[in-house]
Amino acid sequence: MATTAVTAAKMPPDTAVPDAANVVREVRKQEVRRNILLSTPALIVIFCAAAGPLLIMLVYSFLSAGPYGGIEWKFSIDGWFNVFVQRDIFDDTLSIADAHVSILWRSVKLSLLTTFTCFIFGFPTAYFIATRPPERRNLWLFLVTIPFWTNLLIRTFAIMELIRNQGVINTVLTSFGLIEEPIQMLFTDFAVMIGMTYVYLPLMVLPIYASMEKLDFRLVEAAYDLYATRFKVLKRIIVPLVKPGLIAGSILVFIPSLGAYVTPRILGGGKHMMLGNLIGLQFGQGRNWPLGSALSLTLLMLVMLALLFYVRSAGKSTGGSHG
Amino acid sequence: MKWKLTAIATALAFVMTSGIANAAGELNLFNWGNYTNPELVEKFEKETGIKIIITDYDDNDSALAKIKVGGHGFDLVVPSSNYVPIWIEEGLLLEARPDQMSNFKNLEARWQDVDWDPGRHYTVPWQWGSVGVMVDTAVYNGDINTSSIIFDPPPELVGKINFAPEMADVMGTVLRYIGSEPCTSDKAMLKKARDVLMAAKPNWLSMEYGVIEKIAAGDLAASLYWNGAAFRARLKNPDVHYGYPREGYSLWMDSVAILKDAKNVENAKTFMNFIMVPENAALISAFARYANGVEGSVKYMPEDMATATEVVIPAEFVASGHFVPACSPDVQKIYTAIWTELQK
Amino acid sequence: MVDISNPNQSRMPRRPFSVKTQTGFTEMAIICFFLLYAPLIPLVVYSFNAGDSLAFWEGFSLRWYVAAWNNEMVKDVTIRSIYLASVASVIATTLATMAALGTTRIKPYKGQTAIYAMINQPLMVPEIVTAVALLIMFAWIKAATDYHGMAYLIIAHTAFCIPFAYLPIRARLEGMDLTLETAAADLYATPWLTFRRVTLPLVWPGILAGGILAFVISLDDVVITQLVKSAGQNTLPTYMLGQLRRVITPEVHAISSVLLAVSVAIVTAIFFLNRRIK
Repeated sequence: MATTAVTAAKMPPDTAVPDAANVVREVRKQEVRRNILLSTPALIVIFCAAAGPLLIMLVYSFLSAGPYGGIEWKFSIDGWFNVFVQRDIFDDTLSIADAHVSILWRSVKLSLLTTFTCFIFGFPTAYFIATRPPERRNLWLFLVTIPFWTNLLIRTFAIMELIRNQGVINTVLTSFGLIEEPIQMLFTDFAVMIGMTYVYLPLMVLPIYASMEKLDFRLVEAAYDLYATRFKVLKRIIVPLVKPGLIAGSILVFIPSLGAYVTPRILGGGKHMMLGNLIGLQFGQGRNWPLGSALSLTLLMLVMLALLFYVRSAGKSTGGSHG
Repeated sequence: MKWKLTAIATALAFVMTSGIANAAGELNLFNWGNYTNPELVEKFEKETGIKIIITDYDDNDSALAKIKVGGHGFDLVVPSSNYVPIWIEEGLLLEARPDQMSNFKNLEARWQDVDWDPGRHYTVPWQWGSVGVMVDTAVYNGDINTSSIIFDPPPELVGKINFAPEMADVMGTVLRYIGSEPCTSDKAMLKKARDVLMAAKPNWLSMEYGVIEKIAAGDLAASLYWNGAAFRARLKNPDVHYGYPREGYSLWMDSVAILKDAKNVENAKTFMNFIMVPENAALISAFARYANGVEGSVKYMPEDMATATEVVIPAEFVASGHFVPACSPDVQKIYTAIWTELQK
Repeated sequence: MVDISNPNQSRMPRRPFSVKTQTGFTEMAIICFFLLYAPLIPLVVYSFNAGDSLAFWEGFSLRWYVAAWNNEMVKDVTIRSIYLASVASVIATTLATMAALGTTRIKPYKGQTAIYAMINQPLMVPEIVTAVALLIMFAWIKAATDYHGMAYLIIAHTAFCIPFAYLPIRARLEGMDLTLETAAADLYATPWLTFRRVTLPLVWPGILAGGILAFVISLDDVVITQLVKSAGQNTLPTYMLGQLRRVITPEVHAISSVLLAVSVAIVTAIFFLNRRIK
């Protein structure tokens, strides 16, 4: 992300007067100080109420599980050990924790699919809103978020009503004679994906809109003047220019999907866990807080790594196209 | 920007002043969601002048975790029978001696001394019930008093089965089904239980809580479920019947207890005593549709409850019902491993 | 020009070809809006059901609205949810705007990536983990201070709302240069004036998007609220979670429909207000 910022900030040339180098350095220092200061309140809140408490989890992941939930103040690496390795409960042999691996795989797969579907619907929608007359845009923007005034559980139940066997979709399809037996959609991975897409769609639309809104259509016009096709314009002009919004939107959809808890539980019918449920189980009925802590820190590290990698490569490519 | 600052300032002022008040005449009840009859609350408030503040929880473990870390501010909690020993052992409950309260004599004799709270030194009954099988008899009209409905289902029911994902209940039922005991440490039996579950899984549709609507509407045809809920499902769809597995089924009782660090102990005791009055206990049952354990409360309940086989266990099945015990941590670990494998 | 045959071009009368049109995008957007609202139709319809089921229609009635209105608990939790979401989203958006201004449009400085990672941290951990961590930490504070007010929920919600507000604002700022601000400064505008008259209007769409996101995210939260709340602090989602084991009654549908109606009313009001000013 850092590199994107460089190319984005077109600083006035500060090398014009060589003997002013000291002044420039001083100004730069002040600027940095000011910027750090601007970020400080947000950092404090996050440190107090989100990042800081995670240190507790870090400590917990190295302790032993209490008999009835909680922890015992006794050092142990069982939590971390059990993330990847499982001891067979019956013959004590060690093997890769394939249950954890397959849950992780399902989570990643469904989250990617969700992000992709959100993009397919969200991008044209954001584009549509951004090309309305300016005074109408906020109206459309609100229209995207109105369904969100009903909360997550209600929306999830609404999806359930649609896709269950006796639900709207199946009833309509059967009454038109298109299918004979209702299609089992509820309680499948498909249902979870649909549910998450519905729940997270605005998280894709809004950031894309925010960066699309400032799109300079003169660039698009110039491209058409140079005989670009619509698709080329989209690919070469529009997408690169709204990339920050695309990245933000994808992050906002992908990561929460990865840790989703309520949607898989209701629409997946609980038959298949996702990471959020697995971690929830350890802090709940499973009574294994150290494993829960270790699992969540593992997830945190995976996400961080993916993000770092993504940001690096995204930064490079935008850097290139901006010249 | 100014309006924002004003808004924040007002909000902060509001925050600081609210929530401090903890005057006498309050009672903080920490109970399962949608489990407390508003009429009961109203009646209590009218009779005693004590204001009840209800806060919801949705599972035993999160309630336990929340109280265990302290600083919660609650007075009363309603854990299930298999959790009560844990609460007592962890030193979270006040020895309120409900057995010495004036209305204790109203309890049915069988609830005056129970395994999970010997002599009733800590808890009084809130509601109790069973975990059996609920079947849509329009889909399958064979014998429903067996857990093979879930674990080895007849072809009509395949793909239409659910169970409530309550680990202790499910594991208990499957262990009884294979002829063992809940919380057994016999690994051969646990292994067999796992194999039965894994083999049966392809026949199930879901593992979730909210099924009353679905079984009433025909999306599901059978479920391992609580009796009161099955009763409510039957009221919506008369074909839904509740069976008591003769291989053995689980019983549970949610019980009211006072917390050790409660601030309104006297009010809490008043409430405990209050709910042992038959009329009041009947109000509890009328709302969630489970039995309550107070002698003579039936005549104050809605008429349909007195004859409901979901609420009143038929004599022939009484013997196969058992309360689920609290498992040892080691067994709990194996339970969790099986549970994870089941949902991977 | 390319694609003269495209039928969508007549929107701008003076130009035969709209540069803003992309094939199929409008259709896609309309489908998207339809899909957003379609699932809510049964919800609204069944809130008027005379029976207590969400599956069988038993005739029109307002009984669930009456029931919700008479249910102190439902009213209480709804108001608390809205209050919490408003306060948390305003604070979060303000802080996020400041942070976004402090992390964009400047040559990267040491620690900038760290700040970025830190601000987005609440996104990267499943809610349940933050919830347990906060439960433990707040329990210490609650025990030490004996304060059980709403501040815990507000600070928790603010923290996880910040990234949701921050990312759209940042996306808006990125690629926007400092020319206008520099010009304002050259004309002797104070930094505050420059911010209010130049920067804020430029970033406003981002702030609005971020603020709305923060609001709905806070309104949605179950898991963290469930573990952080003190006595008597049920919110609408935690109240509903408690109902999961029993049945969600149409009462809750009635409340949701009211919330929908309120938000539609607000949007309409804003729309007409804007029009009048114009």
